[in-house]
Amino acid sequence: MAFPVNQLRNDFPILSTQVHGKPLVYFDNGATTQKPRQVINRLVEYYETENSNVHRGAHHLSNLATVSFEGARNFIAQYINALKTEEVIFTRGTTDSINLVSTCFQSFVHQGDEIIISEMEHHSNLVPWQQLCLSKKARLSVIPVLEDGTLDMETATQMLSPKVKMMAISHISNVLGTINPVKELIAKAHKYSIPVLIDGAQAIAHIPVDVRDLDCDFYAFSSHKAYGPMGAGVLYGKSVWLNKMPPYQFGGEMIDQVFLNETVFNRLPYKFEAGTPNVADVLGMETALHYLETIGIDKIQKYEDKLLKHATSLMLEVPGIKLIGTAKHKTAVLSFVVEGVHPYDLGTLLDQMGIAVRTGNHCAQPLVESLGINGTIRASFGLYNTISEVEYFVASLKKAIAMLL
Amino acid sequence: MTINESAQGVVEEFWMFDDWMDKYAYLIELGKDLPVIDSQFKTNNHLISGCQSRVWLHAEEQEGQIVFTADSDAVITKGIVSLLIRILSNHTPQEILEADFSFLESIGLQEHLSPTRANGLASMIKQIQLYARAFQLKSNQL
Ligand SMILES: Cc1ncc(COP(=O)(O)O)c(C=O)c1O
Repeated sequence: MAFPVNQLRNDFPILSTQVHGKPLVYFDNGATTQKPRQVINRLVEYYETENSNVHRGAHHLSNLATVSFEGARNFIAQYINALKTEEVIFTRGTTDSINLVSTCFQSFVHQGDEIIISEMEHHSNLVPWQQLCLSKKARLSVIPVLEDGTLDMETATQMLSPKVKMMAISHISNVLGTINPVKELIAKAHKYSIPVLIDGAQAIAHIPVDVRDLDCDFYAFSSHKAYGPMGAGVLYGKSVWLNKMPPYQFGGEMIDQVFLNETVFNRLPYKFEAGTPNVADVLGMETALHYLETIGIDKIQKYEDKLLKHATSLMLEVPGIKLIGTAKHKTAVLSFVVEGVHPYDLGTLLDQMGIAVRTGNHCAQPLVESLGINGTIRASFGLYNTISEVEYFVASLKKAIAMLL
Repeated sequence: MTINESAQGVVEEFWMFDDWMDKYAYLIELGKDLPVIDSQFKTNNHLISGCQSRVWLHAEEQEGQIVFTADSDAVITKGIVSLLIRILSNHTPQEILEADFSFLESIGLQEHLSPTRANGLASMIKQIQLYARAFQLKSNQL
């Protein structure tokens, strides 16, 4: 059966807006995705009928909100196939999740230790580890990226040793679209008892995520990149690690009992959820993941792959275009440069034609510099993009290049 | 021609195009035609911060008037600098400091630019004014 893209587009009110008098073509899904009416309605419904603080009052509304909130945790745990519901910690997003782990790992990383990341990491999965290493006089080891945008697995394997206290790798690169062989890396790292954190920001909306199959120790993602609201996200962590880690922030629900001289901290997951949580957006995130589940993430992946293949073949016909990131296993992210054309100029003209793309270094400055370029133009697709949008995009691209050269 | 008169000229040129695509095409042509800056001035010292693309601006005094030259690695940006230079170059520091930049609103440039580009434009204007002030101070000291 054909993918029901036209029907799905109707779920997204923003897609019918116009930009500079042209129909919006939204190709910046890597930065954030648009929200279906179901998600928007869930937020309204919560504030209209359930709003109350969770886990507190004995009153009706508070119970309602608590049941919904914990129901969302339950659903999300199942969605990513976590062993236990309490292994799902609600955060503000990927960046927040990674900072939670890197901060708590201050207790486990010492002088002379090592942390492994890769050259393709987003600043959010780079700077927290770099800063941890700097403060502990530990070493930050970086897996190189090969010409085609894949990880240098041979070097990665050689980097593993008992001195390594954490390996933090993105599931999918936001610049290159490469799907990294994280399962293989995790298995190798575990031979040295190295915990592995996977930055799943670019994966959650595009490929199936099964944390137990991956056997990762931590998995971080953001709601807003998976058709959910901004301001909510998840840190999955194996309970052995979460129990071992000290609390991150203090106050509110993360406390069990307070005496003037000491405090008994709450059990998982509340130990890591200080203060009033972002209940509405967590419920919106649940609705978004439910939306993806109803469509079927396999079908979405297959459809987006079709968009990618079509776009790639059309792009290869445009003179002067160089695709950045040509891994065999990749998601619908097309980064490219055009000889003699500044990405910013191209982005400006495409915007005039109603097309939203990202230009610049995509918060992955070390990667972009290692490629010897000053930035790329990135078109990243989502489940609501169409073949005709792709064709309009490539035609507009040709027009813009002709103007600029 | 006074600053006001050349600004008026630019505004009229822009009004000739109804379509923003054509206005951009015009900016691109201006950008391509901008005389190249002497390469010795394409240094970090001459870089304007706050632009998404790199912009170099150099100013020189010739018989009491300031002459600006500039370059950018992005051609639309170059077109915008070129506009500013055309209007403001060959004027005294005093004239530049007293210039009324509301012509930018008449062009519709600022509201049409992305916030990052609008910031860049503001940075360029600030840099031009800084040069003018520096030259003015220097001539007052003589
Ligand atoms: C690979 C990757 N990691 C982390 C992040 C940060 O996500 P957030 O800004 O939602 O915390 C992003 C977002 O651009 C990303 O693409």
